[in-house]
Amino acid sequence: MPLAPDSRLPTPDYLLHLADNALILGHRNSEWCGHGPILEQDIAITNISLDLIGQSRYLYQYAASIMGEGATEDSLAYLRDVREFKNYLLLELPKGDWAVTVLRQYFFSQFQILQYRALQQKQDIQLSAIAEKAIKETVYHLRWSKEWVIRLGDGTEESSRRMNKAVDYLWSYTGELFMPSKFEIACAETEIGVDPATLKDEWYASVQQVFAEAALTLPSQGWTQSGGKEGVHTEHLGFILAELQFMQRAYPGNEW
Amino acid sequence: MNGKRKSKGKHKIKKIQLKISKEEIWQILETVKDPEVPVLSIMDLGIVRQVEWIEGENEKGFWKITITPTYSGCPAMDMISTQIRMTLYAAGIDAFEINTILSPAWTTEWMTASGKEKLREYGIAPPHPLPAHYADQTFIDHSPVACPRCQSAHTHRISEFGSTACKALYQCDDCKEPFDYFKCH
Repeated sequence: MPLAPDSRLPTPDYLLHLADNALILGHRNSEWCGHGPILEQDIAITNISLDLIGQSRYLYQYAASIMGEGATEDSLAYLRDVREFKNYLLLELPKGDWAVTVLRQYFFSQFQILQYRALQQKQDIQLSAIAEKAIKETVYHLRWSKEWVIRLGDGTEESSRRMNKAVDYLWSYTGELFMPSKFEIACAETEIGVDPATLKDEWYASVQQVFAEAALTLPSQGWTQSGGKEGVHTEHLGFILAELQFMQRAYPGNEW
Repeated sequence: MNGKRKSKGKHKIKKIQLKISKEEIWQILETVKDPEVPVLSIMDLGIVRQVEWIEGENEKGFWKITITPTYSGCPAMDMISTQIRMTLYAAGIDAFEINTILSPAWTTEWMTASGKEKLREYGIAPPHPLPAHYADQTFIDHSPVACPRCQSAHTHRISEFGSTACKALYQCDDCKEPFDYFKCH
């Protein structure tokens, strides 16, 4: 028997949250374009950006189709304001040095792979298809970032110092990954979305393993920064949007 | 008068479309190349998943062409879609719809044997068959990738990410040539 339309589809908030995560980290990573430590890694990090931005496009397109009223992938990416973005705070932090960039990528890819794998098993055909496609790309991101965390953590005195500093800086932003918002709970209840709290144990176990190999100490799970999903962001997101949205704000409807 | 001319034109197009068979559509699509790797057609890549004639009302129907993207962020996809459109128009076909599907997700397993051979001749090492344990490895599988120039198996990976989303960068230890490897996906 067909269900009511509102419970069959993911809510726009849920899709926007997933899309914003991919777009904001994709944009952050793209800042390395032309500035990578060596050419091959410059290409690697910008390839990861491209994958993330591609994933965000599918999610925005899907959200736009559900929202109607003239919404498009472009209006959702370019014309929403800071308080309407629902990405994790972790992803909007400045790119920092290479250690911060690769550690953040590792934390997020490790989370994203679990989230996408769970989403692929859920009831919504389109969201499951987007997840299926994205898993293949995320496997690469995960492997690449994991290798770097181990290489730097268990590398030279200087690389280890940098990686430990990155852990100190980023750790308090990881707790937010597992704090479910109302829209996630709602979509999890209808078997369309994933409650991120259910991914926590596996995420910690994987991170613990990599940290052990990287000679890094796993900090205790203490107080955590949060607010991103509710639109309460750090000051950094405004600066990203200023750059990301400038063209559409200054020249509305402008196309390539 | 304008109206008359219009309907005449329409009639003509319809006649052409009825004459075209599915095989001919496949052949036309074979001429659409990947803009990033121009030796490969979109058929070699396995991007075209299905071609079917959809019957409409009043004898109006259209060709439904189903394609799937390689990588989510592949910038060539919009270009490929446009090229399919242009190529079909050029062949006198205008009743068609391009439909994009994401699942089942594209894999290099769909690349044709002749496509792999064309890649090698072009200087890109073709993708290996997909290993079963592929998804969970900590470090990359280092099974040797043969150099497309001298066929040596003594090669090493420079970077898992190359000049496009679908390629990794390798170097041959014998002839010293750097080369692209179309990574398995």
